[in-house]
This record gives sequence, structure tokens and C-alpha cells, in this order.
Amino acid sequence: MALILNEEQQMLREAAAGFLRDKAPVSQLRELRDSGDPLGYRPEVWQEMVNMGWTGIAIPEAYGGVGYGYTGLGIVLQEVGRHLSASPLGSSVLTAATVILQAASEQQKVELLPRICSGEWLLSLALEESGHHQGCKVNTSAKTSDGAIIINGCKRFVDEAASANAFIVAARDDSGLGLFVVAADLPGVSVQPVSMVDSRNSATVSFQNVAVTAEQRLGAGADSTAALQASIDISNVGISAELLGLSQQAFELTLAYLKEREQFAQAIGSFQGLQHRAAELFCELELGKSMVLNALQAIDDDRPECALLASATKAKLCEIARLASNEAVQMHGGIGMTDEYDIGFYLKRARALEHRFGDRNYHLDRYATLSGY
Amino acid sequence: MSELEEFRRATRAWLEASCPAEMRQPFSSEADWCWGGRKWQFASEAQQLWLERMAERGWTVPTWPVEYGGGGLSKEQAKVLAQEMKSLGCRKPLESFGISMLGPALLKFGNEHQKKEHLPKIARGEIRWCQGYSEPNAGSDLASLQTRAEDKGDYYLVNGAKIWTSYADQADWIFCLVRTDFDSKHAGISFLLFDMDSPGVSTSPIRLISGSSPFCETFFENVKVPKENLVGELNSGWTIAKYLLTHEREMISSMGESFAAVLPGEQAAKTVGLKDGQLANSALRQEIAQFEIDGMAFMLSLQRGKDEAKAGQGMGAVSSMFKYYGTELNKRRLELQLSIHGADAMVWGDQPALPAHWLRSKGNSIEGGTSEVQLNIIAKRVLGLPDA
Ligand SMILES: Cc1cc2nc3c(=O)[nH]c(=O)nc-3n(C[C@H](O)[C@H](O)[C@H](O)COP(=O)(O)OP(=O)(O)OC[C@H]3O[C@@H](n4cnc5c(N)ncnc54)[C@H](O)[C@@H]3O)c2cc1C
Repeated sequence: MALILNEEQQMLREAAAGFLRDKAPVSQLRELRDSGDPLGYRPEVWQEMVNMGWTGIAIPEAYGGVGYGYTGLGIVLQEVGRHLSASPLGSSVLTAATVILQAASEQQKVELLPRICSGEWLLSLALEESGHHQGCKVNTSAKTSDGAIIINGCKRFVDEAASANAFIVAARDDSGLGLFVVAADLPGVSVQPVSMVDSRNSATVSFQNVAVTAEQRLGAGADSTAALQASIDISNVGISAELLGLSQQAFELTLAYLKEREQFAQAIGSFQGLQHRAAELFCELELGKSMVLNALQAIDDDRPECALLASATKAKLCEIARLASNEAVQMHGGIGMTDEYDIGFYLKRARALEHRFGDRNYHLDRYATLSGY
Repeated sequence: MSELEEFRRATRAWLEASCPAEMRQPFSSEADWCWGGRKWQFASEAQQLWLERMAERGWTVPTWPVEYGGGGLSKEQAKVLAQEMKSLGCRKPLESFGISMLGPALLKFGNEHQKKEHLPKIARGEIRWCQGYSEPNAGSDLASLQTRAEDKGDYYLVNGAKIWTSYADQADWIFCLVRTDFDSKHAGISFLLFDMDSPGVSTSPIRLISGSSPFCETFFENVKVPKENLVGELNSGWTIAKYLLTHEREMISSMGESFAAVLPGEQAAKTVGLKDGQLANSALRQEIAQFEIDGMAFMLSLQRGKDEAKAGQGMGAVSSMFKYYGTELNKRRLELQLSIHGADAMVWGDQPALPAHWLRSKGNSIEGGTSEVQLNIIAKRVLGLPDA
């Protein structure tokens, strides 16, 4: 497949860019932060995203989606990254809906996916148990007793937990790894908000003797490790798209500043020391675009190398986002360090996203392992 | 079956029947390349046969028009041909500055007579060209060149010296930048073609750190060049020179490709060994993974560049980006090879392939415009940053 966007995809990009610029710009994230908003996003903006069909972008039409594939979702996420637009798009649409697509039975898909598409339900994956991503390894347990399944464990860094109607909890059970859809209001579920550096909604969610039924387990009792891993891989490609957009925007802000700010009676962008660093960053961003588009297409084509590409892409985009955000601060000088200026938001979001589902080191290591060395 | 699929089938069948087995071995070094030209000694019958067969179809230059010795293929067909050659392991039949540099410039700026005269000989590997751009005092600042061509009525009289002229001693003709106006810098340069056998041309090889002598000092003393050998208008050579450079940069940026068949991870597993399924040296393991990922990103970007060009989207002045990144990557690749092979890579011996290759790679980020110059071009032309 050619590494370019088709006409439909280009239109989607323009529409997403326009909408987010107007309705969910960085200034909105700042307002949400400053007011200590418990939700962390604007429900009315989210509703408009739902109305535009973004919740079903990667979901097949049979389940109420629009079937634009992950390339479509990636295009939107890239624009989300540019504007640091806060919403449950990443947690509920990119990750949770993907887990359902990968792990659920047909009946569960028919039941759950249309509710995500319509915006009626927000789901969030409750996977991590420590500050370091461990793949599919979990200690949370799901034990069967007296016909009920009892879940015990503590999940950390659960995104958009405040608004989630239910969590998809990864827990160990008799057949290996099980994924359970657990309503947020069940007895024994407690949500402890955690304030994060990027001002986005996150929580530690604990499950204490939470009783669920076998119907709430995704898939018919089979081990869900492979399905979860595939979902994490896809999520990492989506996160890479967001990192790409974020890096592009940080770069463009910096480039504008290089042309505008004067020292020694000339634009600072005329200094070769800065010109070369900007040019190198430009090259890295071009490489990043190629990696992300290729990985998105690979998911949509169901290519066998998706796992390898996901780790390669995430590792590369983490590196690029680090470089772009660090250089952005440095090239802005003192003003780059001020809270009043937006660059700091990009820096913070870049690192927070890096750590979701494995940072650069994790994925370099996994890439080497998958490559057999 | 679509036309393109039919073309693929026929191409594969023809390649299978026509490409000698010896020409399906990967290149082990640049010494395996076939350059052609009047002085060329074929390394084997297979090498000669392969060149002749490909040239007969115009497939040494697949997209050039048939009347100039090309294959007349569309970009899609050329891509199919390249894919099929790759999958069968067919070597490139001809390596040539005529193909990668002069040809595109002549197709765009040459007159009909010049195209008819020179292009078919390039396509068939009959004439080998060299590039007379750099001078002792005109390197990165190429436009300050001083080699002069005086109008003597029915010919130009050329005097001056070039340096770093790759393969000048083995080339048959030279494409040369000369000064035809001393009052203006860029607008005083013209683009000339002439025979290296012309009286007054001499060369003196320069030995490189890699041990070989692929480039020369080239001297011109009262060389008479027929006026018909001026390409484009008088004093408009700089435009042609720059256009040619973009093609040269593309060629240099993909130079690593022909040797990149074996992934360093696999090699290191053999030389360094595995411990619990992982490379015994974890620092090397990390470096290799990062390199392979960057290599993947670069190859995908080359592909995206081609796909965008085909779709008329165009990434802009990206030949500088590919030149910069591709050559820096190639240097990293060879440094990594040294780490992978350890002290064994330091053995010079009779045929020092790896150390010579490593040393030669240092020139990649100098030839065709240095890395720093490419970054200058990106900063100014792509990013629009101001001059100092
Ligand atoms: C292997 C090889 C093959 C070659 N083949 C040919 C050939 O066939 N024909 C031909 O004409 N030439 C050829 N060259 C010459 C090549 O194009 C020049 O070497 C190159 O353009 C650099 O010029 P220079 O060597 O004079 O270096 P200089 O221009 O003197 O550069 C020295 C250093 O200064 C830096 N520098 C210079 N200007 C700037 C600036 N404005 N900003 C920042 N840094 C700067 C350079 O990047 C470099 O690091 C070849 C070179 C090599 C190494």
C-alpha cells in the first residue's frame, strides 16, 4: 500500500484539525487544570466528537462504527496531539474498544461496541499495577467461588477513570489472563484520583472482593493474553500518532519563535547553531511520519509484523517527542520555562504519553527480543 | 490480470531466464560494481552478458525514453522491475554517474542533439562520466569556482584545476562547471561537457584513507571544447548544477541499501553470542535495536517520498534530508559493524573489505555536499529560517 493518505483521509485530517483548533485547544486544557476540573475534559466537546462519529472511527460498521480503520483514528489522534485536546478518545476508543474487538465474543461485541460508538458508555482499561509497564503480567486475581467470580487487586494509572462507566480489568484466573468488564459503581470498586504532570485525568482504582459473573469476562473463558497484547500494540501505535502530532506542534511553535525573537540585532533563527538543530528535528519528524503511517496501515492490513512495528514505532516516537519537546523549551529560552507559555504543556504530555504502555527503553528491549537477539 | 500484473509476470520470467547466476549474488563490496566505459575490463563474462542484456531492453535506465536508450517504463512499471530484481537478487547491471547525475540533467536541460549523442551511450555503459565540480578553493562554497572557459569564437578554451574528481583517471568524459563571467558569482557559471582524451587534460590520483585511489586532481591546460558542448545557456550553469546535485544526493543517500541485506542483530548473534536468548552484550543490543529502527524509519521515508512524488504531493526540498540522514545512518551502520566484529574488523590483510568500507563511508557525509551544508539547505529552503 502506498504510504500516503487518500482523499477521504485527507478530508478527515482537515476536519479534525479545524474542529480541535476551535473547540479543544491547549488553552482549554489550561482552564481545566486551573479550575481543578474533576472530569478533566469538556463533556459538551466530547459530545460533539461523538456526534461526528469519532467514537466509532476504527470500529466496523457492523458494530455501529464508521469503519475508517486505525489509519482514520490515527489521523484524528495526531491532531489531538497537536492541540493537546483532552477527552476520553484515547482511553475509551483507542484502547478499550480495541480490547473488546480483540478479546470479546461476538455477542459481547454486539452488546458493547454500539454503546461505545453512541457515547452512552465510557470504558477504561485497568491494567497497570506499577510505574513500569510489564506487558500482560498482572497480580490482580479473579477467583471463582460459589458460582461468582471475585476480583481482588489494585490498578494504577487508569486513564479517565472519573468518567468511566466501567473498567476492563486484567486479572489472573484459571485459564491464564482474563479481562473483565466491571461497572464502576459495583460494591468494592473504589476510585482514587491521582493528579498527573500532564493535567489529564488518572486514578488508582482498587477492586476489593468485587463479585462479577462469567458473562462479564470477555471471550469464552479462553486465555486473553494474546488479545490483550495485540490491543496494547495497537494502542501504542495510536499513542505514537498522538506523540507525532504533539512533536510537530511543538516544532512549529519553536520555528515561529526562531523567526520572531531577536538577539544581537538579528532573528535567533539566523544562528547556525540553532538552524542545524532545527533541521535535524525536521528530519526526525519526517521519519516519524513514515513510521506512524506505516504502522497504522499495517494494523488495518492485519500484517504479521504488527507487534514488531508497534514497538519500533513507539520507541522511535518517544525519542522524537523527547527531542522535540526538550529542544522547544531550550530554544525558547527563559520564556519556555514559564507556566504562562504553552510549551511546557507539550513537554509534560510527551513524557506522560511515553510512559503509557511502555517507554522507549521498554520498546527497544522488546524490539530486540522480537527480532531474536 | 491487470496490465501491471502481466508486466510483473513477464518481467520475472525474463529476469529468471536472462540474469546469470553469478549476477544474483549480493555485492560484497564496491569492487563488484560494473562501471562500463571505454577503459572498462569486465570482471567476468557474466558481468558483461548481464549488462548487454539489460541495456538491450533499456533497463539500465528503465524510465528514460526509448529514443535515448531507455526502457520507456512508467514509474509503476519501474517500481515493479526494481521489486522483481530485488526478490531474485539481481545485481544492478551498471553503476554510473551518467545514469545517476548527468542523465537527468541532460534530459531536462540538454538540446536534442546532446540527448541523442550522449544518453544512449550512458544507457549502454559505453561512456563513463566524471564530475568536475569541486576545486581546491571551492568546496562547500562551490559557486566560488575559478576554472575558466574563454570564448574563442568556435570553441571555449578551458584552464584551471579540479579536485576530488571521482574516477577522473578512468572516465571518458567530464561534465564540468566553468566560470564564463568573473563579474558575477552564481550567474557567471556555465555547464560544459568534454572528452577526457582532449589535449591538455591530465589527472593525478589521490590515495584515500581507505587505501584505494578513486579520486583525482584534474588539470586543464588550454583545453579546446567545441561550442556545441555547452549545456543550456551561457552563464546559466548554476541552475543545472543544482538540479544535478539533487539527483546526486538521492544516489548517495541510498548507497547503504545495496549492502544492507544482513541485519546487524543476526550478525551480532553469531559474533557476540546469545545469553538467555539475548545478545550477551546488552549495550550493543540496545545500539543495534536503535539502529535497526532508525534504518526502518529511513527506508519507509524513502518509500513515502516516492509515493508522494507519484501522487503529486511532493515533500519539497527533501533530497537534502535524505542525503543528510542516509549518509549519517550509513556511517553509523559501519561503526556498528566494527562493534559487531570486534578486533577482527581491524585486520587490514590482503582484501580489507570491512575496514576499507568503514573508512570509505566517512566520505559519504562529505561528497555531494557535506552534512552541514545539507542542514543549511533544510534550515533555509525548507524551514525558511533567515540568513545571518
Ligand atoms: C569520496 C568523495 C568523492 C568526491 N567526488 C567528487 C567528484 O566526483 N567531483 C567533485 O567535483 N567533487 C567531489 N568530491 C568533493 C566534495 O563535493 C567536497 O569535498 C565537498 O563539497 C566539501 O568541500 P571541501 O572538501 O572543500 O570541504 P570544505 O568546504 O572546506 O568544508 C570543511 C568543513 O567545513 C564545513 N563547512 C563549510 N562551509 C560551511 C557552512 N557554510 N556552514 C557550516 N559548515 C560549513 C563543512 O561541512 C566541513 O565540515 C568528493 C568528495 C569525497 C569525500
